[in-house]
Formats: sequence, C-alpha cells, structure tokens
Amino acid sequence: MIERESLIRRYCHSTTGVIGLVILAFVVVMAAFGPIIYPVDPWAMVARPLQWPLIDTDAPLGSDILGRDVLSGLVNGARVSLIIGVSATAAAVAIGVTIGALSGYFRGIMDDILMRLTEVFQTIPNFLFVIVLVAVFSPSVFTISAAIAVVSWPPVARLVRGQFLTLRQRAFVESCVVVGMSTPRIIFTQILPNCIAPVIVTSSIMVATAILIEAGLSFLGLGDPNMMSWGAMIGFGRQSLRTAWYLTLIPGVAIQLTVLSISFVGEALNDALNPRLG
Amino acid sequence: MKRYLVRRAGQALVVLVLIACVNFLILNLAPGDVVDVLAGESGAGDIEYLQQLREQYGLDRPVYVQLGHYLLNLAQLNLGHSLRFQLPVRDLILMRLPATLLLMFSSLSLAFIGGIVFGVAAARSPGSMRDSFISTMALLAYSTPLFWAGLMLIILFSVKFGVLPSGGMRTIGGPDDLYGMVVDVGRHLILPSITLALFYMATYTRLMRASMLDIYNMDFVRTAKAKGLSPLKTAYRHVVPNSILPLISLFGVQLGSVLGGSVVVEVVFGWPGLGTLAFDALFQRDINLLMGILFMSSILVIIVNLVIDLLYSWLDPRIEVEA
Amino acid sequence: MKPILEVRDLSIEAGPKAHPIPLVQDVSFSVAEGSTLAIVGESGCGKSVTAMALMRILPEPAVRISEGEIRFCDEDLVAAPERRMQEIRGNIISMIFQDPIASLNPIQTIGDQIIEVIRTHQSISKREARKRAIALLQSVRLPDAEKRINYYPHRLSGGMCQRVMIAMAMAGSPRVIIADEPTTALDTTVQAQVMALLRKAQTETGTAIILITHNLATAAESAKDVAVMYAGRIIEYGPVREVFIAPAHPYTQGLLGAIPDNADGDGEIAKLTEISGNVPRPGTLPQGCAFEPRCKSAQPQCRQQRPELTMSGARKVACFFPNAELAAQ
Repeated sequence: MIERESLIRRYCHSTTGVIGLVILAFVVVMAAFGPIIYPVDPWAMVARPLQWPLIDTDAPLGSDILGRDVLSGLVNGARVSLIIGVSATAAAVAIGVTIGALSGYFRGIMDDILMRLTEVFQTIPNFLFVIVLVAVFSPSVFTISAAIAVVSWPPVARLVRGQFLTLRQRAFVESCVVVGMSTPRIIFTQILPNCIAPVIVTSSIMVATAILIEAGLSFLGLGDPNMMSWGAMIGFGRQSLRTAWYLTLIPGVAIQLTVLSISFVGEALNDALNPRLG
Repeated sequence: MKRYLVRRAGQALVVLVLIACVNFLILNLAPGDVVDVLAGESGAGDIEYLQQLREQYGLDRPVYVQLGHYLLNLAQLNLGHSLRFQLPVRDLILMRLPATLLLMFSSLSLAFIGGIVFGVAAARSPGSMRDSFISTMALLAYSTPLFWAGLMLIILFSVKFGVLPSGGMRTIGGPDDLYGMVVDVGRHLILPSITLALFYMATYTRLMRASMLDIYNMDFVRTAKAKGLSPLKTAYRHVVPNSILPLISLFGVQLGSVLGGSVVVEVVFGWPGLGTLAFDALFQRDINLLMGILFMSSILVIIVNLVIDLLYSWLDPRIEVEA
Repeated sequence: MKPILEVRDLSIEAGPKAHPIPLVQDVSFSVAEGSTLAIVGESGCGKSVTAMALMRILPEPAVRISEGEIRFCDEDLVAAPERRMQEIRGNIISMIFQDPIASLNPIQTIGDQIIEVIRTHQSISKREARKRAIALLQSVRLPDAEKRINYYPHRLSGGMCQRVMIAMAMAGSPRVIIADEPTTALDTTVQAQVMALLRKAQTETGTAIILITHNLATAAESAKDVAVMYAGRIIEYGPVREVFIAPAHPYTQGLLGAIPDNADGDGEIAKLTEISGNVPRPGTLPQGCAFEPRCKSAQPQCRQQRPELTMSGARKVACFFPNAELAAQ
C-alpha cells in the first residue's frame, strides 16, 4: 500500500501538479470567501455600462452592458462552477460505483442488464440529454448537478466493474468468500478500497467536464437563474462581442484556468498513485 | 462476419428501445401533466394542439399502454408536430440534419487527422521540447469551453482581421452557381469546424501519443527493425496503423459528445443545424421538439457506431475471432 | 575456419549516462560459417540483450553498447552508420524471436510482411516478391502456402508463425541468423520441427547460427560451441561436447544438474541438483565472483576477487576452482 508521505512527495514531483493545486486552491478560496471579501452584488448596476477593465475603480475588471461588475461576477461564478462540479461528480461517482460494483461482483444476468443500461446512457448524446433534463425539470443548482450526474456515471461504472471483475478472482477475496464473510462486507472492506485510486483519478477529470457542461448550459441560458455563473457572463457578453470582447474573454479565461488546474491535479494524482506509469 | 453484424444490430435495437423508454420515463417523472411538459409555454393556450398531443401519447390510458403507444409512434418515426414551426418534428429534424452532419464530418476529420499528426509528432521523441509543447497545448484545448473558443476565434478572424464570416452558413445574396456556393459554404464552415475540432483533436492527440508509445514496445516493431526498415518506415507502416485502432474505438464512444458539442458551436456561429433547432426549441419551450431531437440524435449515434464497428472489424482482422 | 562474426569485449549498459547500470560486460565470442554457437543462461543473464546488440536494435538511448567490437567480415558493426545497419538487418544478418505470434504485425497478412522484407532489400516487382514469398513459405514447409500467404497471424498457430519468421529470416541471403529463444513459446513436438528447419536452412545455405536459449537440450543438439552466461558475463565457453560432458564452472554444473534426464559419459543418471538462490539483479553485483553467493564450493578468495575468463584445455572458464576432474587432466 502507498504511504501517505511518499504519496505527497511523489505528487510534488510534478511541477504542473503543484501549479494546478495552487490555482485550484485560489479558486476554492475565491468561491468560499470571495463574496465576503468583495461584497458587490453581481446583479446590481454599480458602474457605467461597458467600462473597460482597469479604468473605473467601481468595476476594476470592467462592467457589462447593464453596468454590472465583472469582478463580482467572477467571484460569485466560482461558487456555482465548483458546487456543481463537485456535487455532480460526487453523485455520478456514487451511481457509477454502485452499478459497477454490482455488475462486477455478481456478474451473470445482473451484469448483462446493468451493462446494457450503461450502454444506453453512453449512447444518448450527453449534452443534449442534460439540456432536455434541465429544461423539463426547470434549471436550479440541484437539477443541473443531478442532470450532469445522470450523464456522467457510465465511465465510472465501467471502470469499477473492470476492477471488480479482476479483484473478485484474487486469492484474498476468494478466501474471504470461503471463510464465510458477508457479501457487503467483502465489497466494502476488501474490494472497494482497492479501486479507490483509479476512481479518484477519473473523478478529477469528471469535475473538469462537469464545470465545462455547466458553463455550456448557462451560456445557453439554462443556468440557475438565481446565481451568477461564468457561462452566463459569456452569454451576456456575447451580445457586445464586437465592441467589448473583454466581457467574453475574462470569464472564459476563468473557466479555462480552473479546468486546466483540475486536469493538472488529475494528471499529477495519476502519476503519484500509479508510480509504475510515471 | 454476418453473424457478428446481426448480433451487433440486435444489440443496437435493444439500446434504442431502452433509450425510448428513458425518454418516456423523463416525461412521466416531470412535474405536472405530460402534455403540459411537452407543450411548455409555446402551446399551453392552444386547445387543439393539447388535444393532438394527448392523442399522440394516449394519455387517458394506463401507463403501460401509454408506453406502448409511445414506442409505436417512435417506431414509425412519428415524433409529433411542432406548433411553433408548423411542421412535423421529423421533417424539421431531417431538414436540419445535413448542416449538422456537414459540420460534424468536417470537424471530426480535422480532429482525427490533426490528432494523429500531433500525436505522432509527440510520440516520435517523447520527453522532448516538441513533445511537452504539444502535450501542453492539448491539455489547454482540453480545458477550453467550446463556445468560448468559438467566440475568441470570431473576435480574432472576423472582428480583428475580418477574413472569415462570423456566422451563418451562406452569405445573403452570395453566389448562386455551384462552385461559388461550395466556396461560400466552405468559408462559413472553417471557424465552426475548428472550434468543434479543438477539444477532440486534443483527446485524439493524447490518445495517439499514448498508443504510439505502447505500440513501440511491441514485439512486432522489433521485428520491423530487424527486417532492416528505416525508423520512418517502421513508424508509418507498423506503429501508426496499429496505434490508430484505439482512436477509431474512441471515435464511436465520443460521437454523442460531439453532437452535444455541436449544439453550442452551432448556436455561437448561427449554423442552421440540429443544434440551433434545439436552441430554438429550448427558447420556445417546445419540449416535444427537443425530445424528438434527442431521440433522432441517439439513432444517429447508434447508426454511426454500427458503421464504425464494421470499419473496425475490417481494419483489425483479429475481431472476427473474438466475436 | 575463419569466423564470420566475432564479438570482442562487448559491454552493454542501461540507465542514465552518469550512473550506468551494466547489463553485459566484456563478452567475447565468435561463430564460423555454417556452424552454430549457443549462448545459454537463465533469464536476465544478458543473452537477449546481447542478441539485440548484434543487430544494433537495442532500445537506444535507454540501453546502449558502451564498449567493444562486433566484427562482421572485417567490418565493425558497432561503428557502422545506421544506414549500413539497415542494409545488413534482415538481409545479411537476420533474427528470429521468442514469441512468434507477437512478433508479427497483427493487422498485416503474413504475405505482406514477407514481401516487405524482400522488397526492402531487393528491387523486384511485387509479383516477383510474392512468388518468392510463397517459395520461402514452402521451403519452411508451411502447408498450403499459396492460401496461407493471405492469412493474418492470429489465424496461424505459434509453430506456423515461427515458420513464417524463419521464412522471413531466410528472405535475403543471411550469413548469420540470430535465433533468440526460437522454441521457448512452442509446444514440445513443434520445438523439434522448428529446430530441424533451422538446421536444414543452415546446411542448405551455410549460414552461421547464434542460438540463444535457456534450454540446454536444444543447445546440446544443435550447437558446435556453447557460451554460458551468468549475470552479464560469459563464465564458460568452449565446444559443446567438452562443456556439457565435463562442465568446469560450478554454475554450468548446476545448470546441467538441473536437467532431470541428463546422462553423463558413463551412462549414469546424474543426480538432480538445484542452484539455490536467484540471479543477482543488474547493478547489484557483488565485488567478487558474481556466482559466489550461490556457489557450493565458494572460497574466501571468490568473494574478494573476480575470476577472469581463462583458457583451460579446449575451453575458457571464469572460476578460481573449476571442476576438480578437469584440473587433474
């Protein structure tokens, strides 16, 4: 088993991993405390419309067509992105692990049915599916997270199933069966801990994808109407693309940096958890 | 070979029926009457339209009859009527499909070829400056929201340089001879294709690189060297063809995601395909049309996947044994 | 007879240039036209790396030749430019590998793969090359060659694939064939057939064969000379008859003892003995004799000094205390 200290040291071998972690930490702090440190309402008109960045102190990063503060939008948008990214991933991992574990452990008919189900969810074009779900159930942070989870779990299920199929046949699991250990106990204490590493790596990528999907949704006007988000800012900014392109550029860079930092962290984690591949 | 095909087609059919069932489930889980959901705000006042929808879904009967009814309608590709467009949903979709297919084809070809080229370039000297540059760019493209990349390209190439059109499929009042039209559509196609291709090019680049490095360690590559082939010939005759195989599998897996991506890209560029149709449906709250698009896109994904399976079994002779 | 291929003090190393790990050290051997040299040893002793070095197909720069010469007809292959090596590989020196199915490209027909090697070295038309490929497949006794030439490797058995590999190796007019464990992955009955094919090719063309194997029986049947490798060095080298009938090095004795059906000169069945312990990993070699930790007759001297390979009768042996019988001779 991997010792914690050496894991941290191995993680720090990756320069990009450390950079990613620093950026990510910054975004997390911004999401958690930003609205307290910078208490400007992202929906309120606080400056003259269409002010370029670094000109007006009322809106340090400029203002949009309605005079709303871009910096405030940025700070508040971090919240939505992270909340949806993390909660959608958590839900998707829960679904994926359950389905993967069941089909990998019991095999046979159970496996056939669940894998066919997985295939169904992998076939439906996922972004369109999210659009339909959110449109039908009306957009909120909860429905958006749930919809993203519904389309994102299949890869986790496949991964966990594969792990279960191999681990199930290992000697240590066979011996637990022979000894008469109960099935849930075998699953939770013997097999599941051994699949955690690949699931962690996959879920870091899923957080990134979820953030991208959420951005796409709110760009199309399907975001939570009560919360300012980066995608929505780009959607608003698009109307004045020709004259005030900073309105599109700034939130886009925020999304890109956040997603990039998560990808960096995911890669570094992967290398740290699978040293033979590194 | 024939048996393999029949089996895959059978599986595809099962998946299709299950997808229809999922659609049905969503409609029934939604808050309120199915017809209210379907009509949304667009047709809420139109009694005749509501009645039509009620008939289409057989709403006064038990749920399992409704499901049967629903499936039967879908089997006949009877997707209902769009009040807003005053056209059957199926016809609307078929009208918009070619534009989307054109966009998907051009951007996926671009992504595929670009991914192979960059992946090969990176894998030929792993750890070099070139490799890390390509890998970093790929990761950057991987992290960029498609719609935003599209907007940035518009700012650059339409607004600043003014060399390419920022949207639409054809210039209004543009050339009407065949050659002129092709050039015109081609010019309009460039930016949306690049936008949609970026993300997938990044994935293909990463996979191609990894796959090449894998294949380089295989015994038959050593054989190729021992035959006296130059490194270049070894690469393009033995390593590259084998490395492309996983890309083709991924191509099928990603197809659904590409269709989703084309929604935002079409909206950004005003490309008159399924994506803009979905966006319009969304704005009109024409959920029936939206669900029709979802279902037809799923069929498209299934069909293309069958074609890819065929292609794969042709490219990789080992498949017939496993099947 | 004049040797066609002569290796002098070949050393191969891996890892970073600043702290290289030696894989093979000061290996010297030679093989004459029409004769067979067997290189034997346990896995990890450096014999396969040596084979790849002869063809200069080591995965450079991770693994590389650090010293020595590979003399082939007055030409030093270590110094030869890559261009020249490409002319030689598959044409003048060719190679056969351990896992024949994995050694063939899975998505090309065997015909295309044979034609490729023919057309790489000879400028003849595709049709000519195809005829030649069929003839080659017939000469390695692949049944139904005209039909099977269009098969993909996975449709052939391991033995058939090895015949294809031999056909490919014979496509040029090889002066040397390096066979790296050619029968290890095959069934016992097929093993004999493959070895017979190699011998047939040898008598017909007079090519030299370097047979790399851990199977002493195969080596004893086919080879004229044998070099026993241990931990990257040759520890005993001489005519097969002498070395196998009266092994001088304790390691060779152990290897021969580990074969259950080995009969010694008097027709007595030798006792089955085992060599305890494992081959030391590269980079962790002891200061003295590498075999000392596993050697039954080790003396204090063996721990401090490494014995050089020295002439002892018709053979060379690297041991301070070689077989007592031999010393008496």
